[in-house]
Amino acid sequence: MGTTASQLGKADLSEYQELTFLTKQEILLAHKRFTELLPKEEKNSTNARVPMTKILTLPELKSNPFKERICLVFSTTNPNDGSFSFDDFLDFLSAFSDSATLEIKSHYAFRIFDFDNDGTLSCGDLEKLVDCLTYESEDSRLTTEEMRQLITNILEESDIDKDGTVNLSEFQHVISRSPDFVSSFKIVL
Amino acid sequence: IFGHVASDWITATRLPLASLGLKTSQSRSRGAIISQYYNKTMKLRRDRQSRPAVRDFSRSARPSIRCHGMEADTPDSWDMEETKRERLVNNLQNLSVGDRERMIRGMPLSLKEKELCLLSLAEKKGIGPGLCSGCCYQLPAGVVSALRHSWYSCLSFLHSLHLWQMPLKRVSSRFGTGVLSYFLFLKTLFLFNIFLVLITGVFLVIPQALHPPTPPANWSSFSGLELLTGAGYFSDSLMYYGYYSNYTLHRNGSSSSRLDLSYNMPLAYFFTIGMAFFITCMILVYSMSKSFGQSFMIDKSHSILAIKAFSSWDFKVIKESSVKLMSENICTQLKELLAEVNQNNVSSTALQKCGRLMVHGLAWTICTAGTAGCAMSIYLFSDYIRAGTGAQGRLQKEASLLALPVLVSLINLLLPGLFNLASWFENYHSPSVRTYVSISRNLLSKVSVLCVLCYHWLGRICWESYVGQELYRFLIIDFIFTLLDTLCGELLWRFFSDKVLKKRRRPGFDIAKNVLDLIYGQTLAWLGVLFTPLLPAMQILKLLLLFYIKMSSVMMNCQAPRRPYRVTQMTTIFISLLCFPSFIGAAVCVTYTMWSTKPSVSCGPFRGLNKMIQAGKIWMKQLEEENPNLSVLARAYAYLVENPLFLFMGAGIFLIVIYFHSEVVDGERKIINILQEQIENEGEDKKFLITELQSVHEQKRISRKRVAHQVSL
Repeated sequence: MGTTASQLGKADLSEYQELTFLTKQEILLAHKRFTELLPKEEKNSTNARVPMTKILTLPELKSNPFKERICLVFSTTNPNDGSFSFDDFLDFLSAFSDSATLEIKSHYAFRIFDFDNDGTLSCGDLEKLVDCLTYESEDSRLTTEEMRQLITNILEESDIDKDGTVNLSEFQHVISRSPDFVSSFKIVL
Repeated sequence: IFGHVASDWITATRLPLASLGLKTSQSRSRGAIISQYYNKTMKLRRDRQSRPAVRDFSRSARPSIRCHGMEADTPDSWDMEETKRERLVNNLQNLSVGDRERMIRGMPLSLKEKELCLLSLAEKKGIGPGLCSGCCYQLPAGVVSALRHSWYSCLSFLHSLHLWQMPLKRVSSRFGTGVLSYFLFLKTLFLFNIFLVLITGVFLVIPQALHPPTPPANWSSFSGLELLTGAGYFSDSLMYYGYYSNYTLHRNGSSSSRLDLSYNMPLAYFFTIGMAFFITCMILVYSMSKSFGQSFMIDKSHSILAIKAFSSWDFKVIKESSVKLMSENICTQLKELLAEVNQNNVSSTALQKCGRLMVHGLAWTICTAGTAGCAMSIYLFSDYIRAGTGAQGRLQKEASLLALPVLVSLINLLLPGLFNLASWFENYHSPSVRTYVSISRNLLSKVSVLCVLCYHWLGRICWESYVGQELYRFLIIDFIFTLLDTLCGELLWRFFSDKVLKKRRRPGFDIAKNVLDLIYGQTLAWLGVLFTPLLPAMQILKLLLLFYIKMSSVMMNCQAPRRPYRVTQMTTIFISLLCFPSFIGAAVCVTYTMWSTKPSVSCGPFRGLNKMIQAGKIWMKQLEEENPNLSVLARAYAYLVENPLFLFMGAGIFLIVIYFHSEVVDGERKIINILQEQIENEGEDKKFLITELQSVHEQKRISRKRVAHQVSL
């Protein structure tokens, strides 16, 4: 796999279909959009990577406040520079697709919201999350006092073992009680 | 485990308790995920084979000690990860193909790692990579995988139809998932109607079209008014029930007399309608239960703020101005929720409560009185129309047929306005209660209107065709009024607010009202299938036009709704409304008509019979006479279809299943509460143990220092 040749092989296509939640049409469309992002000289090379700056120009991500986090979470480079190979791109689309399970979506949502990459959502992560949610509204942002109270309330509601942070299981527990999460955590090309 | 490492940490750094890595968290490191899925596959294998005995579980009730391994947070060495992957692949091998596929798809690992798993799986099996092996000795698995492939290609074909994919994406990118749900509902209804058209077309319309009966004496010529009234030229056509023959159609083969195909029209009519309703019922109940399962929350949420923070961002919205709007909305909602949660509930005095109750009572009285008044006016008006026609020209007579539909559509348009006014007076605190009250009032008014109309339609010569025509007229006029409402309500209002009021705010798209209108139209279509087999085709045209008109109107004139809209819950409610009053009501009416009313003598495929279902009975008797071996079938038919006991038993079993499930859910709710308490207690225990350890170490350190000091002296 790891191909970015102009045509996707049939075996590759069926393998992608089995490993991800995407349908054949979605995979082909993803391949088309991915090759459009590649510079001309790399269009036929395998294992080409698209840098983060180009990924952020996709219309589906351009205005999304979580776009940098999405790039960092789904990228598999070491050290992490946010660039996508075609496999990473498919991972991203599969997690955000219509048929992905609640578990996959909540797992990746947790990683996206974990701004400091320490495996739990601490107060700093929650504050950055609320900032992302409200950053566009210039005149009606939350005051410091409101922010502090909001984060205290969120921790009170979701931190079950009272260690001051929200870990993955607690996050998944909160998410399982929100039926709208699955329908709002979707991106379609 | 609280050995040297812990003591070094505690003494050296004096870290706060929370940051000591003693959490039972399942972190995102690769090794931890593989261990987690190893445990899952283990559990799945055990569940698939047999239930382990209760005594095999350890006595401890603590979740961490019982049988869950603690998945450590630290990244593993390469060998550790390899062995973990080996074990996972071992387990995956022993699962069934479907389970294996689902497990691999559901693992939150990157594609590269899943590939590695696949390769190891394939090596173990000794075949080429790929989940499904076509080996002949695994015939059942091969058949299953072949079926699955054909299912995928079917799904791909359906997706490739791209029905309205681009417009839907444009709507969701600008308005979000709420408004999108309206258009998805429209698409669902569209598919239902296509199904109905296919069935009635293939089994009823086409055979009858190939064998037209003798045309009646007074056949009127075509004038443009027919498209609106459905009478006149159309009244003796394929559209209506009266046209269909009540005998068996024969096809005379031209070359040889062997080709004598006969087609029993009454039987076909009866069974087609029955089958169409039965299949639609199955599909509706299935989608309703699936949607209900998705939106049902076991634990009524205490965590509104957390849910709002984690799941309120709609990733589908792409347009920058909409993103800004959504951001503002979320900020406002967070502030409102924060104020609501943190204020001490000011309990209102008894006088205030009384006052509120009176206002509610008044509003409900006004709404019910309005509904009753409109129903009465429809009834009186229909009587007046039926009684007084007098000497009028033919065209005028036909135009007067339109009067009743126009009145009904006007009522459907104006009554919701009255309800909105009443609820504005009532000033509900919570928006969801307001939505539910408004939906129930609208439902009540529409149901009462439909009941009055059903009552008015019985008792005429060739009443079935007349009812069919009426339903056609109602559908068309309803569509025209929806168009007018879209124009006036949205386009003109936008001009008004832009030019006159000079506000930037555009009208919001009222999702609930539009969905209820769709449900009403679909109820009319279902009521009319028996009398007008081509009515679903009209409904398809109407839905198609409605889609594009509403789409352009929304894009041009509206903005995204400001109030939070619970998409999943609302969609469940709408599907349930579509199933329960709408479809079941139509099915009950049609069943009652088929079972009890005498079909008219002069027209239709059932003339001459006492009841419509006798077509089936007569056919059964014929079969029995011709072939005595089939008497079993006839008796089965007699017991199943005609005996009401079967229906009662079915309904009883259904209710028992629902009760059982609700009890299970109740039990699960209690278990969740108990487990939450346990986790909290474990946290407390850990804190206590760590503080004890800290104090013990302090004492040891102090005593060691003292000993060392003494020794040095």
